[in-house]
Amino acid sequence: MSGTRPDPSRLYRPKMPATWWLRKKSYFLFMLRELSSVFIALFLVVYLVQIYQLTKGPDAYIAFTQKLSSPGWILFHVVVLLFALYHSVTWFQSSAVVLPVRLGDRLVSRQTVTALHIVAWVIISLAVLILFLALRG
Amino acid sequence: MTTEKTTEPLWWGLFSAGGVVAAFLVPIHIVLVGFALPLGWISDSGALYRIWWVKLYLFILIVLPLYHWGHRHYFALNHMGLKSMSKLLAVLCYGGAIIGTAVTAWILLKV
Repeated sequence: MSGTRPDPSRLYRPKMPATWWLRKKSYFLFMLRELSSVFIALFLVVYLVQIYQLTKGPDAYIAFTQKLSSPGWILFHVVVLLFALYHSVTWFQSSAVVLPVRLGDRLVSRQTVTALHIVAWVIISLAVLILFLALRG
Repeated sequence: MTTEKTTEPLWWGLFSAGGVVAAFLVPIHIVLVGFALPLGWISDSGALYRIWWVKLYLFILIVLPLYHWGHRHYFALNHMGLKSMSKLLAVLCYGGAIIGTAVTAWILLKV
């Protein structure tokens, strides 16, 4: 079936104030989840800058690492970690909705699927930690 | 129905993969980079960043969540009333992620 798109100027476009997401708690949490990706990206940029220091030698890398011990940077990482944890938990919850798991003809409950994601997350995090400890110089 | 070629599935795929990486892998790295190393719980000279498969892992860890950000941010800004500048936002968000990919690759190869 083929057709043409309607004239955009004749479409109904509801007007939404830019602050619509402040009206309801669920809308606000939605925006908070969107915002989590900004903080995660910011952290990854800082991490990349830290890795970049290695091109100037191990001393520059260690100096940068020590710079991150200032209260401002610690606060930054506390905020980033809270957003990242919020992203992880909401991602696992939505994965349980998007990818329902069947066992035989029974549907595994969303809570169980979310819990399994969290178990996998803990195991993966421990594996990364162990690898880091084993490989660091 | 109009069937129009679109790059949407590609961006959505990268968004989704980035979301998985961010959810499973990023928090432990925040603990390591943000707290464990600066506060001296563990020490590191950065030697592990010269291992090729660590570089490959870091490429995935850093790049995919950038596309996750780009996709989410693009739609969040559109929903916040900036739809009139939608094209510019697309260039900034997806372009930012693409530039981030190139910079990440360059740094990881240089280390």
